[in-house]
Amino acid sequence: MQIYLPIAELSVNAFLLLGLGGGVGMLSGLFGVGGGFLMTPLLIFIGIPPAVAVATEANQIVASSFSGVLAHLRRKTVDIKMGLVLTAGGAVGSVIGVQIFKYLREIGQVELLVSLCYVVFLGIVGGLMFIESVNALRKSRSGAARKPRKHHSWVHGLPFKMRFRVSKLYISAIPPFGVGIAVGILAAIMGVGGGFIMVPAMIYLLGMPTAVVVGTSLLQIMFVTGLTTILHATQNQTVDAVLALLLLTGGVIGAQIGARLGVKIKGEQLRILLAIMVLMVCAKLGYDLLATPSELFSISRGGGH
Amino acid sequence: MTHRLATLTACLLIVLMPFFTVAQAVDEPDDGGNPEGTRERVVASLSQSSVGITATFSGSEIFVFGAVDRDRLADERDDDLDVIVSVIGPEEPALVRRKSRQLGIWVNSATVTIDSAPSFYAIATTGPLREILSDTSDLRHRISIDRAVRVVGEASNVDRPADFAEAIVRLRRAAGVYFEQIDAVKVTERKLFQTAIALPANIIEGDYEARVYILREGRVIDDFATGIEVRKVGLERWIYTLAQEQSLIYGILSILVALLAGWGASEIFRLLRR
Repeated sequence: MQIYLPIAELSVNAFLLLGLGGGVGMLSGLFGVGGGFLMTPLLIFIGIPPAVAVATEANQIVASSFSGVLAHLRRKTVDIKMGLVLTAGGAVGSVIGVQIFKYLREIGQVELLVSLCYVVFLGIVGGLMFIESVNALRKSRSGAARKPRKHHSWVHGLPFKMRFRVSKLYISAIPPFGVGIAVGILAAIMGVGGGFIMVPAMIYLLGMPTAVVVGTSLLQIMFVTGLTTILHATQNQTVDAVLALLLLTGGVIGAQIGARLGVKIKGEQLRILLAIMVLMVCAKLGYDLLATPSELFSISRGGGH
Repeated sequence: MTHRLATLTACLLIVLMPFFTVAQAVDEPDDGGNPEGTRERVVASLSQSSVGITATFSGSEIFVFGAVDRDRLADERDDDLDVIVSVIGPEEPALVRRKSRQLGIWVNSATVTIDSAPSFYAIATTGPLREILSDTSDLRHRISIDRAVRVVGEASNVDRPADFAEAIVRLRRAAGVYFEQIDAVKVTERKLFQTAIALPANIIEGDYEARVYILREGRVIDDFATGIEVRKVGLERWIYTLAQEQSLIYGILSILVALLAGWGASEIFRLLRR
């Protein structure tokens, strides 16, 4: 069934979008990532203008992350206090990010920066996660006791200390706030929730227990993508409600299935799977930057407006 | 009495008609009439003068039909009459970018602003364009697709600006919004013609125009144009207008819908699990 998208101004197959939403939503519930890092490139690939893809994807992530947050709240695996600190940083970051996005759109380099961001961030994050979780898996198999990740680093010497009961942490608010800003900028530029960078940052930088990381990350993603949606809607008018509705209908269902599956899979295995997926997307985008494109030219509308 | 006078005047007019039209044809700023001096005009109509884009819009077909109006009966001289029908979407400027390899990766390095390029362009003809349309007529009426894309100010910052105009035609042909239908105009009884042009599903809204040209020996004898309004209607219209005019409310509504969907799915699955 073909459906006409009012903002993207083209007709697409409704079932294709529902399927995309469902598949990506499942990964979202499984890994606590928004899934945007997969969905945005996919939408651009099926012909949605990049500006509409990025803005609409933010709106869709609101739905899937909210659905995920509710599931995690029931299991009490959300650190609300930590989530709010991350969100405060995220708000600052997304305002900066939307401005950068607007500027890059004008000079025609959005595509390049987005691809570079993906390759660099996904490469680093995916690589580190893969190595770490393979090592952890090997250790747990050989029966060696895992030492708790409680090392005192520079993170613990900073001011504005706060107690995060759910995460069992007593650390400065500056690192989570900083992580929030970075994720907010990425969310706006890349049309992603930023979970793929936040989850590892929370585990390795803040030292949060893996159990609460996913729920807390989803909480922050929900707020930041909500803000990003409003900013894109008011500044660029690029949020396509019909596209978002189709994606999120598939997405929320997928996210629920994913969250159920997530309970059954071990933390290390989950991280290896996520790492492999992140590395695959990274490799694909990296290849596209390096290989000679079949079409050197591209059109963007406007110039007059 | 008045009736007889009217009949007489009409007869006189008919007799004198060729003289009037010959005089007119000389004045004609166009490429001129045909060699025999016969005055020929084109009249045409469309199956619809507006197209509504609904949520389930999957394209629309416009029938263009009409007749060649002459001051004499059609005969074998009219076998070589050609007809071109075109449908043109709203014209707007476009930015065309070209990638080049820099430091090993492909980046957009050159940009050319195309002053005017139609968002949609379809041509139906009675024969191959190269055979039925002369270069001068094409230049004057901008009929062929290549002529419709206009670069006024030559871009000085790139070495081959023509490549950029060609790229727009190539990309839009690939997207199915620029196309030619050779031999798609049917002419019957040497004076009636008809064709159908399919608007694809990926058209944008705006004021479209249908143009009809009649030609002899590559020269345009007469042309006719009429508008087609392509507009989003119903829900599509409402969403688009809200997004443009009440963007904050639109943004908030989008989020509320998202939250509702997220909550709904979560509740449904909780019930299912019991």
